Amino acid sequence: MSIVSRQRGAIVNLISARNLTVSHGGHTAIEGVDFHISRGEIVTVVGPNGSGKTTLLRALIGAVRPTKGEVKHKDGLRIGYVPQSLSIDPTLPMTVARFLALPRRHGTDHIEQALEQAGAQGLAARPLSALSGGQFQRALLARALLDRPDLLVLDEPTTGLDQPGSAAFYRLIEDIRSSTGCAVLMVSHELHVVMSASDRVVCLNGHVCCHGTPDIVASAPEYRALFGTGTGGALALYRHDHDHNHDHGHNHSHSAPDRDLAQTSQDAK
Amino acid sequence: MILDDFLTRAVVAGLGVAFAAAPLGCFVVWRRMAYFGEATAHAAVLGIALALALEVSVVAGVLGVSLAMAVAVSSMGERGYGMDTLLGVLAHSALALGLVAVSFQSGVRLDLMAYLFGDILAVSRMDIAVIWGGAALVIALILWRWSALLTTTLSRDLAHASGINPGREKLILTLCLALVVAVAIKVVGALLITALLIIPPAAARPLARSPEAMALIAAFVGSVAVLAGLWISYLYDTPAGPSIVSAAALVFAATHIGAFAARRSS
Repeated sequence: MSIVSRQRGAIVNLISARNLTVSHGGHTAIEGVDFHISRGEIVTVVGPNGSGKTTLLRALIGAVRPTKGEVKHKDGLRIGYVPQSLSIDPTLPMTVARFLALPRRHGTDHIEQALEQAGAQGLAARPLSALSGGQFQRALLARALLDRPDLLVLDEPTTGLDQPGSAAFYRLIEDIRSSTGCAVLMVSHELHVVMSASDRVVCLNGHVCCHGTPDIVASAPEYRALFGTGTGGALALYRHDHDHNHDHGHNHSHSAPDRDLAQTSQDAK
Repeated sequence: MILDDFLTRAVVAGLGVAFAAAPLGCFVVWRRMAYFGEATAHAAVLGIALALALEVSVVAGVLGVSLAMAVAVSSMGERGYGMDTLLGVLAHSALALGLVAVSFQSGVRLDLMAYLFGDILAVSRMDIAVIWGGAALVIALILWRWSALLTTTLSRDLAHASGINPGREKLILTLCLALVVAVAIKVVGALLITALLIIPPAAARPLARSPEAMALIAAFVGSVAVLAGLWISYLYDTPAGPSIVSAAALVFAATHIGAFAARRSS
């Protein structure tokens, strides 16, 4: 039945994949990818559009069959999956509580608890169609948390959220990791925000370009070759955010033009 | 015996179809499979022609060809063709081909209207047994897979992650669709089966707050349409199948006007 094999015994990796290749319709989405994630780890897969991020994620959870290579799950692995987006037909009436009870029913207490964990308390009776983007994302997260997963898998979880919204969402993910101890695997394009919250980053472009801690990846030439020109600003922001002490305020960015002005007026004298 | 009366038999047959069509029709609406239902229903005419040529039962012919069409279409759906065009081609080709094939059979020219628009007033006890047998099978399948079907409808990936095989759930819906077409052809005919699938759930939507409620209300709307349609047909000598669909359309209009008025006044 399953297209992923199970691992028994004392293996710490929740998921490991070796030499993973997935092609559909003559197009090779990912090739020769090695991957592993262990208990309690936050791993982020970054990569440009069409780099096979979602394909890798789907192959890892067993939703697509690899053309070559193999995926191993720890025996009894529970995955909580948060999809990229869910287009729910408006003709399908469904409240948040009912959605959380699919496909298995859960007690009201349990549902309330998961909603609270995901920062979506009080939404149980609301129809899905009446939720904002951020609320919907939290409802999806709450659903993924219901089965007390060993691994949370999130595919571009902040698509459609503004920057403060996605920063808050990633903080929430970190909180959940520290309170439940589950590992987190996400795919994202929001490099700077995600990288600050990750233990390890895998940079993907059909194959693994580079991987390691966020610092190592951010300074890797392969990563810079992929993201250097297009996202120079975001990368700078990421570096900036990290070297930056929040207590000293934002004087430097504001004072720069002032100083220039002062310089000019001095020159004029 | 109560089934001796043709009108009673018509009511019993119509209610059977309405009960099976309601929950299945909800999925047809939620999954936007209306065209898919149309193609399956139109293929039934080809099934009738084949059944007459091969001298097998019409229900068996319809079931076989509709199932073949449904499976063919749903496997094509995986490959990202322009689905509305493709289904339009298949639905109308099957209908046209079926009409041409039927024309080769002598003596069925008069019956053709019955296959296209139904002949509910002529159902026999045997027809009722077939209709209720098929309807019970469809209802049982949908009840059994209800949660899995709903999860698959929301998202294939969510289904995968929950250990549900979306391909298998889709196959169950496909099978149910072929079954409903086979049993409903006598009641409303090949051209109006999709109407009986779609209109009751669509009429139920403004009144429903949960998927289960929508299916139950759709079954109620379908039953009301069957009763009202047959009554109109009896009083004014109108064709029964189209009268049932017209009654369902009136309920659809009523619930939507009601919902609109409620929104305006609140």
